[in-house]
Amino acid sequence: MGWRVVVDEDLCQGHSTCEGEAPEVFEVSQQGDLTILVARPADDQRAAVEAAVKYCPTHALSLQEDNT
Amino acid sequence: MTTTDTPVVPAPPPVVSGDDGGTGHLEELRRDPLGLMARTRAECGDAGRFRLADQEVVLLTGPEANEAFFRAPDEDLDQAAAYPFMTPIFGEGVVFDAPPERRKEMLHNQALRDRFMRGHAETIAAEVERMVAGWDDDGEIDLLDWFAELTIYTSSACLIGRRFREQLDGRFAALYHDLEKGTDALAYVDPYAPGVESFRRRDEARVGLVALVQEIMDGRAAEERPPSDDRDLLDVLMSIRDDDGTDRFSADEVTGMFISMMFAGHHTTSGTAAWTLIELLRHPEEMAAVQAELDQLFADSSEVSFGALREIPRLEAAIKEALRLHPPLILVLRKATRDLDLAGHAVPEGSLVGASLSVSNRLPEAFPERDAFRPERYLDPRHEDVENPWSWLPFGGGRHRCVGAAFALMQLKAIFCVLLQQWDMGLAQAPDSYQNDHSKMVVQLAQPCAATYRRRDR
Repeated sequence: MGWRVVVDEDLCQGHSTCEGEAPEVFEVSQQGDLTILVARPADDQRAAVEAAVKYCPTHALSLQEDNT
Repeated sequence: MTTTDTPVVPAPPPVVSGDDGGTGHLEELRRDPLGLMARTRAECGDAGRFRLADQEVVLLTGPEANEAFFRAPDEDLDQAAAYPFMTPIFGEGVVFDAPPERRKEMLHNQALRDRFMRGHAETIAAEVERMVAGWDDDGEIDLLDWFAELTIYTSSACLIGRRFREQLDGRFAALYHDLEKGTDALAYVDPYAPGVESFRRRDEARVGLVALVQEIMDGRAAEERPPSDDRDLLDVLMSIRDDDGTDRFSADEVTGMFISMMFAGHHTTSGTAAWTLIELLRHPEEMAAVQAELDQLFADSSEVSFGALREIPRLEAAIKEALRLHPPLILVLRKATRDLDLAGHAVPEGSLVGASLSVSNRLPEAFPERDAFRPERYLDPRHEDVENPWSWLPFGGGRHRCVGAAFALMQLKAIFCVLLQQWDMGLAQAPDSYQNDHSKMVVQLAQPCAATYRRRDR
């Protein structure tokens, strides 16, 4: 069972809260554009990514489980 | 079904009752906007039309229509053209809002950034302390005036700088209030209509604010520049010169910029602070829970600037519930730049398109006991705000969602951390006598709205 991070581009405003929570997974540029550095982060990143999802001010992030 | 079917063009939404044959629904919007919007949903469903003189308005409500509205790109739904009542306040040439790409950049580079929040919390706590320093052991305040003045100081200190804030007094807040009251929906006919008292006061207030800023600028020009650490945004703006060596920005332009920077965060935060307090006082068991939560949080005598950034679930839930029941913006607007299909509803080019935050925040499908103050709906396991992202919309949604939302919540938390720890507040009027004044597009608490304070025995 894998999992991945998904961003809703319509909602992201580049607050960079995710980068603060999980800097190994998220990077926000000076222009406010978000890059997901690792689409399928390792399990030891999961808690940090869950915090990023939870604290995203615009609820633009979600964590999706693979359905296999 | 074949691929040769002509595309189905949705029919225009139905028109709500109540067109008076003259300016349509304008007078009702000025008198009872909540009633007009609720009736539009009741009669027409997710999309209904009303008329403000020559301007057609399509009002969208419900999660599907809201999502289509808030996800629409600026090329389809233009924000700048939708708020004619703001132009005389900001001044010609001051943009209402930057496009989403530019906003992202601004957000990332300026005062609202995450890493500045700790400093802002400290500033806000200090401003509350200054406001209560003049209080006796017990007394009475007017909630509208008190929170409006406080939030002039906090927003100027955080967004422009402490040096500028130190040069302000109650005069700035009073003039600013007249600007906010100059947002009559009559502006949809003519924002400069002669004989409208609130417009006359609005224009006088703007002149008065420019004079105050000019005075401050003259004073600074005559002094030596402060060390770079002490400089604020006004110092920076004053240092910018055109190629011929003259000042780039006049006092009028600077004032316009400051008014627009402060506008979104002023009446909104001020009103929400007042309503959070009123609702907590109407529900003593909730107030007791919040005060107990704060006492525990600060039992180790930690700083408010630190505490306000931590999770304070009961207080946050009370703020969110005040925002749901009394959203400071009840209607957000855009202008359709072409014929559109929004979630199956036809929107003709040139129409205003509105999303009603006041209606959406009380949809019974999303919020059981929709008219009741129930902070527990945000606690585990309900989280009705997160569960209903296109119905719980006090901050709007999508790319134009309030960029100051995190700042606003932190500010409100900081205010109540100071206020409720040190003071027992009380209602000075009948609990159901507190109401909003909806006669202007900027919603404000109707006066009288008095509250009492008494120093806490601890």
